[in-house]
Amino acid sequence: MSKLDSKIPTGPIKDKWTKHKNDINVVNPANKRLIDIIVIGTGLAGGSAAASLAELGYNVKAFCYQDSPRRAHSIAAQGGINASKNYQNDNDSDYRLFYDTVKGGDYRSREANVYRLAEVSGNIIDQCVAQGVPFARDYGGLLDNRSFGGVLVSRTFYAKGQTGQQLLLGAYSAMNRQIAKGKITMYNRHEMLELVVVDGKARGIIARNLVTGEIERHSAHAVVIGSGGYGNVFYLSTNAMGSNATAAWKIHKKGAYFANPCYTQIHPTCIPRSGEHQSKLTLMSESLRNDGRIWVPKKLEDAEAIRAKKKKPTDIPEEDRDYYLERRYPAFGNLVPRDVASRAAKERCDAGYGVNATGEAVYLDFASAIERYGKEKAHVLGMHNPSKEKITELGEKVIEEKYGNLFQMYEKIVDENPYKTPMMIYPAVHYTMGGIWVDYNLMTTIPGCYCIGEANFSDHGANRLGASALMQGLADGYFVLPYTIGDYLANEIRTGEIPTDTPEFDEAEKSVRDRLEKLLSIKGTKSVDHFHKRLGKVMWNYVGMARNADGLKKAMDEIKKIREEFWSDLYVPGELNAMNTELEKAGRVADFLELGEFFAVDALNRNESCGGHFREEYQTEEGEAKRDDENYAYVAAWEWTGDPRTPILHKEELTFHDIELKQRSYK
Amino acid sequence: MSNMNLTLKIWRQKDAQSKGVMETYEVKDISPDSSFLEMLDVLNENLVSQKQEPIAFDHDCREGICGTCSLYISGRAHGPMRGVTTCQLHMRSFKDGDTIYIEPWRSKAMPVIKDLIVDRSAFDRIQQAGGFISVNTSGNTQDANGIPIPKGDADKAFDAAACIGCGACVATCKNGSAMLFVSAKVSQFALLPQGRVEAAKRVLNMVHQMDKEGFGNCTNTGACEVECPKGISLENIARMNREYLSAKVVSDEKIG
Repeated sequence: MSKLDSKIPTGPIKDKWTKHKNDINVVNPANKRLIDIIVIGTGLAGGSAAASLAELGYNVKAFCYQDSPRRAHSIAAQGGINASKNYQNDNDSDYRLFYDTVKGGDYRSREANVYRLAEVSGNIIDQCVAQGVPFARDYGGLLDNRSFGGVLVSRTFYAKGQTGQQLLLGAYSAMNRQIAKGKITMYNRHEMLELVVVDGKARGIIARNLVTGEIERHSAHAVVIGSGGYGNVFYLSTNAMGSNATAAWKIHKKGAYFANPCYTQIHPTCIPRSGEHQSKLTLMSESLRNDGRIWVPKKLEDAEAIRAKKKKPTDIPEEDRDYYLERRYPAFGNLVPRDVASRAAKERCDAGYGVNATGEAVYLDFASAIERYGKEKAHVLGMHNPSKEKITELGEKVIEEKYGNLFQMYEKIVDENPYKTPMMIYPAVHYTMGGIWVDYNLMTTIPGCYCIGEANFSDHGANRLGASALMQGLADGYFVLPYTIGDYLANEIRTGEIPTDTPEFDEAEKSVRDRLEKLLSIKGTKSVDHFHKRLGKVMWNYVGMARNADGLKKAMDEIKKIREEFWSDLYVPGELNAMNTELEKAGRVADFLELGEFFAVDALNRNESCGGHFREEYQTEEGEAKRDDENYAYVAAWEWTGDPRTPILHKEELTFHDIELKQRSYK
Repeated sequence: MSNMNLTLKIWRQKDAQSKGVMETYEVKDISPDSSFLEMLDVLNENLVSQKQEPIAFDHDCREGICGTCSLYISGRAHGPMRGVTTCQLHMRSFKDGDTIYIEPWRSKAMPVIKDLIVDRSAFDRIQQAGGFISVNTSGNTQDANGIPIPKGDADKAFDAAACIGCGACVATCKNGSAMLFVSAKVSQFALLPQGRVEAAKRVLNMVHQMDKEGFGNCTNTGACEVECPKGISLENIARMNREYLSAKVVSDEKIG
């Protein structure tokens, strides 16, 4: 029998979660004190889970590789968080949020999970406000909203361009309260390097103390992975430098199925790369598409002149600009979903209309928003016939209030003033919808091992809508896992403390130690970054925004070659038993070198285009993604076999009862 | 602007127990468009290729928000620009032939772990002493719009909450004071009705922990505000002092 039982509750979709909560087991407070839970990662998912589980009375051990839980990469999320509050009276509802998310994900997500996400979304906002998260408010003192891509309502709550930071600091403060009480033991600068499985159940981890280099054993009755996505397999991405797939990859190799790795989000609005020295890419929030208009020159000669710096964007008259998103998608315009916007930018740049030296950039222009806001403000101030300069001045102030920190960030990096000249943007790897397969309870195929947030595959299908990652991370951690984990732990109340002096822990520790020693002993000639950059180039060229069968096969072979070279020619300085940043990176890149090849296997298997997965062989005449619902309306959950090239495919068929499957249209 | 060659004087220290020393390195052909940390990446790549240990420095998001990066650059926290973290500093701020001094944060309460990496866990412990609102997770807190908050207060709370906990304020302060950091959190919550309830207890506990960690006192020099990459205002310190005084004098709250 396949292990893939999604455990979706029966009944109408709007009652499933309520019914399920009533049906599952609960652990009594006295018994919770006898149960230990390990949480890996302290971002929105891991942090909120750790705090909530500790509040319930469980003993939580939380781990992060950063020097403080507050630094997890959720902090960099900019634009906002969705919730179906309908505060704007624009006909929003749980159903509409559910519908938008399933459609946005190109009908490749599990209906029941997404509905639950929409259902708890409002609670998240209530909870965060109660924690003191300073969301943006209007002059009446009530919460403000804005719009994000792929939807027709304003349901995004935000805190300037720093929403992720404020939400994470909220979760961090909830954690701090529990750390102070001793209910969370915090392990900063620790990295999980192996999962320990005893009698088929997750029972602990092996972690390395990144300051002393010591390898440690930690046991628990359940292990929760909330370690984020694997976007750094592309080397250049909007992820943090330390973001990695190691925890997720280790549990995969211990038996957790990995689902849909090819669903990767390439975010349309990032600062274009400038040269070989580049170490990471910076996102410019999608919220900018509320007010920014995306364009390239209509004429090739104008594009060439701009690239040669003979013309400036402001020299191009209105009639010679191609606002290609507004042209192609009049209904959604600049606010089409991310996958659509990214592909459209690539299409224009491939056709020769790119606007920076590399030819890989398009404009994001605020001039008309500045004028519109300026006029509005002048009207409010009772000015008659304000001058053009005055309108611009007033308009720029409004834009600054809305996006000030993003404009500042752009100016620091690019050295151009985006109030005066349009921003240049280009798509970049941002988020991974694929991840560890979990059932409705967020449990992986290893009993007692859970996976939450970006690390799991669950809610976003083949494409995530803007401002939904924060929603999912906090939903999983605050409102889903704390209930569902009880159902499993109710059977653990008599287990007692899990000893760490067992053969399973011995073996796991030995495998970790052997591998680290191996990395140090290769003593080759090339650095970790050398291999990571090469892997990234292969991934971007063949497994990036557009893929085809030949390219994917080539990628698989090249990655295998790079991996073999890595294990024979790597040089890692320093020692095992001390702080060693090169050794940390080496372990992560070793995992990416397996994951990358596996990623291509999944992309090759999926003979259709959907969401972020675009196979050139499968497109409509207009160049839109062409799904194959008959053959591919399934979750591809892969089982590790020892070779990333030959995983075993398990299919979870996706059935749609509450939404009709149809071609996505944003026209 | 063409590429540049630079001389770097960098603090090297094996671990907390060892003595540190300034070492000299040369880097060549650095693009003015690369970031300061990308320049250090180039140096580290060179060191690894010469089979030497790279410089250890803290960094993560590289977009100025996680607060991981630090560095005292030629005598200034986060380098010569105002309002940016080290990771947002670009080499176009330097000239060909420059000598740049790179040191860790220096403060008794933030000891060096290795090279340019320091231990900032004291900040976490201060937050644990009271940097939260005592509300459990539940689906039943009141509706988010239940209590309107004047926009001015909400905006000020946000400005205070923008602190990234990098420690530049401490590193810059001649007294090694953490008042700007602590006051930012105290202010954020003091300005919001949700945080008012515990305001007195919070300020007493956080200040107590701050003193226990060995941070110095504030003498109103204002260097912290100048060097803060997020522009956290000195007003917050004034607000914290008011909160502290009223907690001490008026309220019945005790430390603990």
